[in-house]
Parts: sequence; C-alpha cells; structure tokens
Amino acid sequence: MADTDKYQLFHFIIATSFVLDDLRLFLDTHPTEMVALEYFQSVQTVRNEAVQKYTNYYAPICSYNVAPSDDWSWGNEPWPWEGECK
Amino acid sequence: MWTYEKRLQHPVNISETNAKLAKVIISQFGGPDGELAASQRYLSQRYSMSNRRVAGLLTDIGTEELSHMEMVSAIVHQLTKNLTPKEIMDQGFAEYYVDHTLGVYPIAASGSPFTATYFQSKGDPITDLCEDMAAEQKARTTYDNILRLVDNQEVRDPIKFLREREIVHFQRFGEALRMIQDDLDSKNFYAFNPSFPCDMNVK
Repeated sequence: MADTDKYQLFHFIIATSFVLDDLRLFLDTHPTEMVALEYFQSVQTVRNEAVQKYTNYYAPICSYNVAPSDDWSWGNEPWPWEGECK
Repeated sequence: MWTYEKRLQHPVNISETNAKLAKVIISQFGGPDGELAASQRYLSQRYSMSNRRVAGLLTDIGTEELSHMEMVSAIVHQLTKNLTPKEIMDQGFAEYYVDHTLGVYPIAASGSPFTATYFQSKGDPITDLCEDMAAEQKARTTYDNILRLVDNQEVRDPIKFLREREIVHFQRFGEALRMIQDDLDSKNFYAFNPSFPCDMNVK
C-alpha cells in the first residue's frame, strides 16, 4: 500500500507542477489577470505541501532538500528517465 | 542558475523497445526543430530582449524546453534499452550503435549531429520573436509527422503532450510579439531594431 501512496503523491506533484508551469507562461504575458493569479496561488500551496510530504516520507525531488545522514541519498532512487517499466 | 527536479514534466513509461521509432524520434532531441535547439534559442535570445517581461517568458519557455529535451531523451533511451546485437541489425540501428552504442546523442533523424546553425539569436526582438513563433510551428509539424508513424500508445502519449506544448508556446510568443510592438512609437515603428536604436546611416 505504501507504494501506491508514494505513486499517487508523486503523480499529484507532477500534475500540480504542470498547472504551475502552464500558468507561469500565461502570467508572463498576462501579469494582472486576477483569476490566473489566484489559481496559481491555490495550486502553489497544495503543490508545495505535497513536495514537502514526499521529501519527508520518501525521497528528495530537489537536491537542495537532501537530508545528509549516513549516506548521500540523492542517487538512491531511480532517475526519472528510467521509467516505471522494468 | 538552474536547479534540477528529479521527475519528468510528463511521465515516460515505455515497456517495449523499438529502435526504428527511436531513430525518428531522436530528431526532436538533436534535429533542426528539436528541443535542444529550442532551449538554446530562447535562453540565448533573452539577453537582448528589450522588454523585461518578454525576457522572463524566454527564460521560462527555454527552461521548459530543457525538460522536453529530457522527455525526448527518455523516450529514445527506453525505446533502445538492452537491445541485442541482432535487434540492432534487424531494426536498422547499426549506424547509430557503432558510434554511440546505446548512449543518447543529439542527432537529426537523418544522422546529422546537432549544430548551433539550427537557431539564431539576432539581437532584434521582432526578428527573434518571429523566429520563435516559426520554430514552435516547425516543432509541432515534426510531432505531427512522428504521430503518423507511431501506433504504440505508450509512445504517443508523451509525444502528444509535447505537441500540445508547441501550440501553447506559439500562442505565448504571439502575445510577446504584441507586447514588443506596443513598446514601439511613431519614431521607431518597424524602422529599426528596438534593442539597437540608432538609424542606419553611417555616422
């Protein structure tokens, strides 16, 4: 079950990040569009919470957030280009 | 500077290898309308972009293109992973294999290696944005051409995502061109490069 939770959380991060990626470009050319600004803020909040949760429970997505303990964990998890089909 | 996130912008999970497909899809990594050229085009052009917001757009789209380069490379990698010498011969991959084994290297489908001549950084915002809009359409056409050759849904899915991004980027660059035009005035309306504003007579 833990793997399912991890998978779902990871895909939630991918989905919410993409919303922000698309909105970022829209806001670059529509910097005062209130609906987009509010949407960005609401998705930003849940996305950041999800990244923090994933980092704490599973693995860092960004190397600034690696917690150095007995070993450097950045290379422990598969790289994203490896895919999930083994 | 940049930071790396250990995830793809859109997932790539391909369960069956197919070197024939890899050979055409690799063009969107190192070919004339590929993602490597796109990223270097926008990230090079931003320094002479007269409008600060448009320079931001070039930074953000250029950054997204780096993530698309990673997705295309992931597709090529997964389509060629663990190929046997027999599969390499049967699927027409020997010419690539002899130089790169199963490493991912930026070339066009025709085999030409990546070259910076695929893009321009002209130092003129109007010129550069017109190139950028054309580049997005050329990349979209290339993805259309790829989709006509691929029936595997695991490959089509990320290719369709990348194709849609070309359309969004084209729209955003059109808006950026409009922003640049709004900055022009009666003293320089399509007369000179707005980033190099002196007239064309020898002083």
